[in-house]
Amino acid sequence: MALDVLIVDDSAAIRKILHRVLRQADIPLGEVYEASNGAEALASLERNSVNLVLTDINMPEMDGLELLRRLRDSEAWKSLPVVVITTEGGKAGVLEAAKLGAAGYVKKPFTADQIKEKLAGLF
Amino acid sequence: MNDLSAKVKRGSGMDCHWVVEEIRRITCDVFTTMLGMEPAMGEAKVERGVPGPTDGVVALVGLAGGCVGIGGLACSGETACRLSSRMLLTEIEAVNEEVLDVVAELTNMVIGGLKTAIEKQVGPMALSIPSVVFGRNFTTRAKGSSEWMRIPFACADGDFEVHICLRPAEGPVNRAADGRSRRLQYVTAQGSHAEAP
Repeated sequence: MALDVLIVDDSAAIRKILHRVLRQADIPLGEVYEASNGAEALASLERNSVNLVLTDINMPEMDGLELLRRLRDSEAWKSLPVVVITTEGGKAGVLEAAKLGAAGYVKKPFTADQIKEKLAGLF
Repeated sequence: MNDLSAKVKRGSGMDCHWVVEEIRRITCDVFTTMLGMEPAMGEAKVERGVPGPTDGVVALVGLAGGCVGIGGLACSGETACRLSSRMLLTEIEAVNEEVLDVVAELTNMVIGGLKTAIEKQVGPMALSIPSVVFGRNFTTRAKGSSEWMRIPFACADGDFEVHICLRPAEGPVNRAADGRSRRLQYVTAQGSHAEAP
């Protein structure tokens, strides 16, 4: 079954890199959607069904933790796997994401192998 | 780093040696991981006031919490293009939105890493979203009298600098990550510990 993914990061460069990593990963990749903040991500999810969300935390308009909160509060998206990819390396950030039900946490800077390993653990 | 030792004094904030070493470690980690090359650090300097007129690209992020300040990364337009070409695996010959975004993201990772390290000492901190400037002969400044650390690096794609200006947040008592209040401690140039008043 092909995996449809939503990448959420205010950096177009990071979105491009993650898109490239996903194409190279050993998973059947379907559609890849992109959003530059949490609000855009929610709008995208209204239109497109995905199997996985990769999100940064520090973003304008709506940050990644608020996005995660909204997804967990929603009947439609509460079980959607969300992997957080962020510079927030402190224990507090990791614990907050875990408390909000993040399926995984990858700290920036990241290697392609770290992302692939995280995905392999989920699918 | 004798120049740095002379400038570490009670009440000035973080130990300069520690900050420079953390920036070196984090910058090498970011560049090695994201760009596949390890930069070499030059001699760090502390300057009162702002770094001088700049040509090229400068990305700045704000820091707030137990410490407040600004961190940044500066390089020429040519270096920025080469770094971006390497990171995005595409040929970029002139500074454009992609190049500014790459410099902003590298800055985010370096200063974000420093924030994580500082948090272990002073408690939770916040990082702003990067701002990027590109042009010729401009100056960046932080409000009020401040000491800036300029840490030069050289890599295969060119030279760049990490700039950092930090001071303790107002008030001598800060909250540690566990929520308990504690006094800030400073390591003096002689290595002894002193407490803020």
